[in-house]
Amino acid sequence: MQLTVWTYEGPPHVGAMRIATAMQGVHYVLHAPQGDTYADLLFTMIERRGKRPPVTYTTFQARDLGKDTAELFQQAARDAYARFQPQAMLVGASCTAELIQDDPAGLAEAMRLPCPVVALELPSYQRKENWGAAETFYQLARRMCTATVPGARPDGGKPSANILGPTALGFRHRDDVIEITRLLDQLGIAVNVTAPLGATPADLARLGDADFNICLYPEIADTLCRWLERRFGQKTVRTVPIGHGATRDFIAEVAAIAGVDPAAALAPSNLPWWSRSVDSTYLTGKRVFIFGDATHAIAAARVARDELGFEIVGLGCYNREFARDLRDAAVLYGIEPLVTDDYLAVEAAIQGLQPELVLGTQMERHIAKRLRIPCAVISAPVHVQDFPARYAPQMGFEGANVLFDTWVHPLVMGLEEHLLTMFRDDFEFSDAGGASHLPSSRPAGGVGGGPVTAPESDETNPTLATNGGTWSADAERELLKIPFFVRGKARRNTEKFATEHNLATITLDTLYDAKAHYAR
Amino acid sequence: MTPAVPATTPGCDAAPVLRERGQREVFCGLTGIIWLHRKVQDAFFLVVGSRTCAHLLQSAAGVMIFAEPRFATAIIEERDLAGMADCNEELDRVVDRLLARRPDIRLLFLVGSCPSEVIKLDLSRAAARLSVKHAGVTKILNYSGSGIETTFTEGEDACLAALAADLPADTTDAPSLMIVGALPDVVEDQFLRLFADLGIGPVHSLPARRANDMPPVGPNTRYLLAQPFLGETARTLEDRGGRRLDALFPFGAEGTTDWLHAAARAFGIDEMHFRSVIAPGRERAKRAIEHSRERLTGKRITFLPDSQLEVPLARFLATEAGMIPVEVGTPYLHRRHLAGELALLPAGTLLSEGQDVDRQLDRVRAAQPDLTVCGLGLANPLEAEGLTTKWAIELVFSPIHGFDQAGDLAELFARPLRRRDVLRV
Repeated sequence: MQLTVWTYEGPPHVGAMRIATAMQGVHYVLHAPQGDTYADLLFTMIERRGKRPPVTYTTFQARDLGKDTAELFQQAARDAYARFQPQAMLVGASCTAELIQDDPAGLAEAMRLPCPVVALELPSYQRKENWGAAETFYQLARRMCTATVPGARPDGGKPSANILGPTALGFRHRDDVIEITRLLDQLGIAVNVTAPLGATPADLARLGDADFNICLYPEIADTLCRWLERRFGQKTVRTVPIGHGATRDFIAEVAAIAGVDPAAALAPSNLPWWSRSVDSTYLTGKRVFIFGDATHAIAAARVARDELGFEIVGLGCYNREFARDLRDAAVLYGIEPLVTDDYLAVEAAIQGLQPELVLGTQMERHIAKRLRIPCAVISAPVHVQDFPARYAPQMGFEGANVLFDTWVHPLVMGLEEHLLTMFRDDFEFSDAGGASHLPSSRPAGGVGGGPVTAPESDETNPTLATNGGTWSADAERELLKIPFFVRGKARRNTEKFATEHNLATITLDTLYDAKAHYAR
Repeated sequence: MTPAVPATTPGCDAAPVLRERGQREVFCGLTGIIWLHRKVQDAFFLVVGSRTCAHLLQSAAGVMIFAEPRFATAIIEERDLAGMADCNEELDRVVDRLLARRPDIRLLFLVGSCPSEVIKLDLSRAAARLSVKHAGVTKILNYSGSGIETTFTEGEDACLAALAADLPADTTDAPSLMIVGALPDVVEDQFLRLFADLGIGPVHSLPARRANDMPPVGPNTRYLLAQPFLGETARTLEDRGGRRLDALFPFGAEGTTDWLHAAARAFGIDEMHFRSVIAPGRERAKRAIEHSRERLTGKRITFLPDSQLEVPLARFLATEAGMIPVEVGTPYLHRRHLAGELALLPAGTLLSEGQDVDRQLDRVRAAQPDLTVCGLGLANPLEAEGLTTKWAIELVFSPIHGFDQAGDLAELFARPLRRRDVLRV
C-alpha cells in the first residue's frame, strides 16, 4: 500500500474517458460502482465543457454484487447504444469492477452490437491516467484502421499530416492545435486528421492516408505513432514545438519530411527580443526548478536555459513511462533527475534546492506558495484557471510569447513584493496591506506543519479603527468566526447598522439583525 | 405568531414514490470526509482504496488538499492483491508511519472503499487490532464510505454511526439533549445559545469538535437530527437507549421553529417562554428570506438526487419562499424521519427515489423547470441547454441551518435566477 494525499495522475479509466470525451461519435460503457461518476465533473467543471462526457457507468451497488452484475453491464451497454447510437463503443472496467471479474470484453462481444466495440484492458493497480489514454487511443485507432494501404491523398495532392495526441482535459491542447494547424498551413501542408480531439471513429479509419504523423503529445500518442510507422511506413515528427528554438526545429523537421520550404513558417516570435531587452537582464542565472509530465518538463528546461538565461537546478517528471527521456535531458544540465509521483519528495527537493522560480503543476504551485517562491504552471494536472477563455497556447511562436509572459510575471511580482517589504516601514506603505499575490502568512513549515493560516489584517481586532459603536465581547468573538475574507464587510455593515439605529453597543443580536437587514 | 406548523391541505406523505434503477450520477460516501475532517479537529481519515478514491478526494477537496490535510488514501497496489504483501501488515505499516508523522491525531478512521469491500479486507478487525497497539494515544474506528454501500452524505451517517456505537454510556438520571449531525461551528454555536436561553441542558453535539469530547449516550438521551441523512446513526443511538425527537429539519423560519419546539416540549419548557426566546431569531429569518422571495415565488424547481437534503429543502422553498416543486429526487427516502416534511410538500409534487439519470434528464427537459438543483457533472451541460441550475454540493458545504442562515439559504437559490436575468451576453 502506498500512503497518498495527492496524486498527479488519475486511474487509467480516466485516461480512457479523456479520449472518449475528446472525440465525436464514441461512447464509453464503464463497469464501475456508484460514485465513480465524480470523474464527469473534471470535464464539466475544470474544462467547462457544456456537454456530459459520453460515458455510461453501470453504477452497481452492494446489493447487485450478489446478483448478476454481468447482466447489469449488458443492460447498460444496450441502453447506451439505443440512446446515443455511437459509431464506436469502448467498454471496460474501473478499479473495482476489475476485482469482480465480469469481463466486459466477452460480455460485449456476446451482445453483437451493430457498431465496432473496443474492449479496454486497463490495469488499475499498476498503471495510471496517461497510460490509459495512450492505450485507449491506440486500441481504438487500431480497431478502426482496417485498411492496409493508404487511400487517396486529401486536399489536391498537398503533403498531409495527422496531428496526434490532443485530448480532453489536456493542458492547453485546444490552443496548441490551432497554433500547429496554422503553422502547417503556412508550410502548405494539409492536416489529414487531428485526433483524438474533435475526431470521429471514421476519421481514425483514415489515419493511413497521411504522409506522416506529428506526435504532439508523446504521453498520449507515442504508442499509436509507433504502430502507424510499422503499419503504413509513416514517419513521425518527434520534436515537441514548445519554445522558440524548439518551434524552429519542429518546422525544420516537418519541412524535411514533407519536402517543403521551411522559410514560409519561420515567423519570429517576440520572445527573442523580449529576452534580449535590458529589462530581462535581471533574469540571468535565476535558479529554476522544473517538474511536470516529461514532455512539458523537458521542453521547459530548454526554454528556461537557452531562451531566458535561467540556471536549471532541478528537473523531474511524475510519469515513469518517460523516465528515460527525462534522465537523458537531466544529463544535458548536469543535474540529478527526479522521477517520482510522490509530492512530498518533490517538496523536499524544492525545499532543499531553494530555487528562485518553480515551474510545475498545480501541486508545485501550492508547494511554492507555502515556501513563498514564485511559480508558474507548465503542465497538467491543473485547476480551472489553467483552462482559460483567452487564446493561450504553449506551442509554436505564439506559445513562446505566452511562456515568456507567464514565467516572468511571478518574478516581477516577486520583485515588487521585495521592494514593498524593503520599504515596509515607509509611511506610505501599510504594514497590514499584505502581499499582492502571496499569502502574508509565515511559511507553515511545509511537511508536517500545520495548516496554512489565512492572512490576518486588522480584522482580527475588530475594535481597531471603528467608529460605529462598541462591540460587546461575545459579538466580537462571533465576528471572528466569520471567514476573514468577508469579515471586514460584516464589520462595516454591522457598525453602519448600529449607527443608523442609534445603538451604543453592538450585541450578538445587532450583528445578526444587520446580517438580515443587508441580506442580498 | 404560531410556532407550530399548521396542518395544510394533504401533502405528499401518502404520495406514490417513483423508484428508479439505472445509472446514478452521485458521489460516494468518501466525499463526507471533506467536511467531517474540518469538524473534528484531531481526527484523521485514512481511506483504504484505489487511486480512483485518492483522485476523487482530490477532485472534491479542491485546494484543501494542500493545507496538510487530515485525510489520505492508502492505495492498494498489485502486490497487495496478488497476496505478495499481507494487506494487514501493509496497513499496520502505513498507520504506524502516519501516526509517527502526525502525533497530534487522537482519532483515526479507517474508511472502507469499493475495492477494500470487494476484496473483503476486514477493516473493523484492523481497527480493533491497531486500537490496542496505539491505546492511550489514538483511538481507531472504522466505517465504509464505499460507493457500493453509501451515497454522498451517507458517508457522514456511516461515520457518526461508528462514533455512536463507541460513545461512553451515560449513567446519570438527568435527561440530556444531543444535536446529531456535523454543523458548521457558527451554526452549532447559535443553536447552543438558543437552547441555553430556553433553559435546556446539558446539550451535546455529535460529532464533538474534539475526539475526547464525544458525548455520552443512555436511556435519558433525547436527540434531534440536524440532518436528514442520518438513518444509521439514529438506529445506533436508539440501540443505546437514545430517543429521537420528531421534528422538521431546521431549515428556514418554520423548520427551525419546529425543530427547537420539539426540544422545548420534550424538556417541558413553558410555551410563552419558548415563544419569547425564539421570537427575535424567527423574525430575523423571515425578514432575511423576504429579500429573495420576490425572485423565487411562483418559480418551478426540480431537485435531482444528491444528498437527501432535497425533501426538507423543497419543503422550505415551497412553504416559505413560494416556489413550486416539480420533481424532488432523493438518493434515499427515509419515510419516518421525513414524515413531517412530506406532509408539507404541495400535493402533486413528484417524489422519486434512486435514479436512472438519462430518463430523469428527459423528465427535466420535458418539464423545463425554472431551476434545477443538480451535481457538478450535470450543471454546465444543462446550462448549455438553456436550463438554469443550482449546484447541489454547495448546500452541504455552506451554513444553511437555523434562523440566521435562512436568508442565505434562500439567496443560494435566488442567485442563479438573478444571474440569469442580469447577464446580457
